[in-house]
Amino acid sequence: MDKSQQIVAKDSMDGELATLNLGPTHPATHGIFQNVLTMDGERIQSAEQTVGYIHRAFEKIAERRPFNQITTLTDRLNYCSSPINNLGWDMTVEKLIGIEVPKRVDYMRVIIMELARISDHLVCNCVIGVDTGALTGFFYLFQERERIYDMFEEVCGARLTTNIGRIGGFERDFSPELYNKLNAFLKEFPKRLEDFENMLCRNRIFMDRTIDVGPISAERALNYGFTGPNLRAAGVDYDVRVMNPYSSYQDFDFKVPVGKSGDTFDRFNVRQEEIHQSLSIIRQALDKMPAGNYHADVPEFYLPPKQEVYRSMEALIYHFKIVMGETDIPSGEVYHAVEGGNGELGFYLISDGGRTPNRLHFRRPCFIYYQAYPEMIKGSMLSDAIVTMSSLNVIAGELDA
Amino acid sequence: MDKELLINAIESRFPGITEASSEPFGLLTLEIAPQNLKALVHWLKDDEQMNFIFLTDICGVQYPNQGNREFAVVYHLHNLEANFRLRLKTFVGRENINVPTICDIYSAANWMERETFDFYGIIFEGHPNLKRILNMDEMDYFPMRKEYPMEDATRTDKDDRFFGRIGNESVTFDNKKALAKGNNHG
Repeated sequence: MDKSQQIVAKDSMDGELATLNLGPTHPATHGIFQNVLTMDGERIQSAEQTVGYIHRAFEKIAERRPFNQITTLTDRLNYCSSPINNLGWDMTVEKLIGIEVPKRVDYMRVIIMELARISDHLVCNCVIGVDTGALTGFFYLFQERERIYDMFEEVCGARLTTNIGRIGGFERDFSPELYNKLNAFLKEFPKRLEDFENMLCRNRIFMDRTIDVGPISAERALNYGFTGPNLRAAGVDYDVRVMNPYSSYQDFDFKVPVGKSGDTFDRFNVRQEEIHQSLSIIRQALDKMPAGNYHADVPEFYLPPKQEVYRSMEALIYHFKIVMGETDIPSGEVYHAVEGGNGELGFYLISDGGRTPNRLHFRRPCFIYYQAYPEMIKGSMLSDAIVTMSSLNVIAGELDA
Repeated sequence: MDKELLINAIESRFPGITEASSEPFGLLTLEIAPQNLKALVHWLKDDEQMNFIFLTDICGVQYPNQGNREFAVVYHLHNLEANFRLRLKTFVGRENINVPTICDIYSAANWMERETFDFYGIIFEGHPNLKRILNMDEMDYFPMRKEYPMEDATRTDKDDRFFGRIGNESVTFDNKKALAKGNNHG
């Protein structure tokens, strides 16, 4: 008997397999989902996932809601980066009804979406740190995430479930206070991020815990429908912002970072580099911010200012028609995708001319790539499976819809 | 790759397979009979020129009152190299609600098909584990079907009329009275 066999025999607790329920409410899974694991000692033999614990039937609800009320549903998909979902949905409706928004709106949206991407990636990477034993970075960078939320609050009044933006633009222009906050953030945040990177990126313990943990090849990742940082970590440079630019992303100069082995370390580093790229995009957008209006001139869809409603007959009529759903919506079917925090977030909207969608389907990146989880953790240790899950950034809201 | 090339290539490989084609918002959409779907998707993925290696999405759609074309399964494929998206649609009726699975071609299709089954009851033949995914196993109906209203069916303020589906002429005097009554309750 050679040495490796001895270790296996010792680990397998007399060859008996144990069933372990990881979840549904396990604190280490950062969300409500269950994994039934078959364990051979500390090693995972097989896994079966159960999802749907926070299924809220968004697609059914959406069939009974006017377009502007669906934005609040999208908040609750990937709630770590709600603004991307909100604005992605607004752009889908604009595509259907053929609204052309001013360039300024595009740039404002880019700033908001990139801030959301930063906060999304921060949560994920800080949590990878937590799961490998580094709690400090999480507390340190959560102060920065608070500042991003303060900026969202400045724009729309809400922090987490933002309901930011409107069909046709924004509900109000960026305030001077927002620019102050944004400039201060751009100045101070890179230093904090560097502290975080200095703590983890070349840290022996962190590297040992993440390199070659939960790897997936580019070929398998594509077959499983991976998108976003998880796909890019495997070496495929697919980014919706570059492939199908929306909201004027073609005006910005940024890199699409890719990894090589698709393991947890690569996923961490891809996200980390994307934060830097997002910062650069925000700076470019601020520098080049065009003058103009903060919303398109579409009175049929964009609510008039409230004081106008009391003064002007036109405004009153449009206000009434929008609120009561009397606006004509063209029929048609449209697929629009944006690069969410976790990859391609798609909206497939079929309108039959009614006030609500006839069918709305969300392409939720989490739901699609979480299928690969058993394949990625097979044969690994339980603690590695936990790190793999946090590096996939599975968000229960997006998983279940 | 462009639209003409793709349509011609499909036509020469599988003559007459395309039952209808359209291009809403620049996305080429082909309608394929369910029995032809699998061979086509397999070829689209494996053929070097076609190269649709990425399955973006699968979802179900219901069109009530369309008889044996009541349910549609919609596939979004993506050729990443040429950045070309393709939408395939296949229609089935309530009586024969079977569509071949494609999860042996794309692993990603597994849960997408389970979700479609869960919502609409569309049977994906050959699927290794076709059971509910988001709803509980005990559920005895398919909740996304239009015959199951989301809210209490006795409510009068969430009538189809208020969602712009029926013309104003259908709102008769009696309806209007009922409407006013409903609003009072609300």
